[in-house]
Amino acid sequence: MATTESTAAGVGPVEGGSLYDVDHPAPFIEAPRKRTKKTPKSTRGNFEMAAWLFMRLSGVVLVVLVLGHLLIQLVLDGGVSKIGFAFVAGRWASPFWQVWDLLMLWLAMLHGANGLRTVVNDYAERANTRLWLKGLLYTATVFTILLGTLVIFTFDPNIR
Amino acid sequence: MPAGTLYRGREGMWSWVAHRVTGVLIFFFLFVHVLDTALVRVSPEDYDKVVATYKTPIVALLEYGLVAAILFHALNGLRVIAVDFWSKGPRYQKQMLWSVVGLWLVLMLGAIYPVLGHAARELFGS
Ligand code: HEM
Ligand code: HEM
Repeated sequence: MATTESTAAGVGPVEGGSLYDVDHPAPFIEAPRKRTKKTPKSTRGNFEMAAWLFMRLSGVVLVVLVLGHLLIQLVLDGGVSKIGFAFVAGRWASPFWQVWDLLMLWLAMLHGANGLRTVVNDYAERANTRLWLKGLLYTATVFTILLGTLVIFTFDPNIR
Repeated sequence: MPAGTLYRGREGMWSWVAHRVTGVLIFFFLFVHVLDTALVRVSPEDYDKVVATYKTPIVALLEYGLVAAILFHALNGLRVIAVDFWSKGPRYQKQMLWSVVGLWLVLMLGAIYPVLGHAARELFGS
């Protein structure tokens, strides 16, 4: 750092390079997002990237699971009219549909909760509001996933 | 409304708005849906009583709306995935959007009878 720390109008001290030299007669402006000594070693990790990828992977699987579910519940075999306790008992007698519903429950809830997290991040500007909304969101999500899982695993066709 | 959540993105912006609105709606539905299904652990009578309300004409209309939301979210979600992962995706995003809308319309027409038929029979007799 041979040159002085003089800061020309509007240009702050730049790390790792002198402000002026023969090749840069004008103030040197650091490239945006350049890694400097001030950049933390680890940023937020890859969580956001993993979440982005999860939205896409779960989306593809959900197309099959949810559209299949809707077809079974609303279209085939008389549509909604056939639904009742006996119908559910018949379906959950098969491990195939138990696994189907379990997978659909977990993927749809996590996909939806992560989507809502994005929505909260976009619209709730005050730190406090975000904290409360996300707390509520995560609580509701964990509760729903646990309840749904419990219902599938403890279903009893002879409850009465 | 916070700045930056609306932009002059033409169709792309509106498809994004619709994707967001439908996603949030489906999430809220799913929350209630797991609660009502949990009634199978209470008693067959309670479950059947609640499910009986799903067979009324007004709720049939809501179910048709839910189908509309899910079909759009699913088809447009596949389009978003294609834009992100298919090398030609961004170039064809507009054509894909109109394909999504077209396919959605066809499927919604096809869903009228299965989803609303029983309501029509109840209302107008058969
Ligand atoms: C109006 C349309 C719908 C009807 C009539 C309906 C009906 C049912 C029925 C009767 C069950 C009991 C188990 C079975 O038969 O498989 C069930 C379970 C389930 N449904 Fe739906 N469903 C509908 C829409 C949806 C949608 C859109 C989703 C996903 C976003 C969904 C997700 C689930 C899940 C996760 C379970 C398992 C619940 C648990 O673990 O307790 N359903 N549904
Ligand atoms: C049926 C298959 C589905 C597909 C293909 C799908 C696809 C997607 C994709 C690709 C995204 C990311 C959009 C982006 O990053 O711009 C997304 C966002 C979202 N999805 Fe889904 N999804 C499906 C089902 C669901 C279900 C069942 C729910 C609710 C439980 C849901 C709720 C959401 C929400 C709330 C968002 C966030 C929207 C936003 O940030 O604007 N999705 N979906």
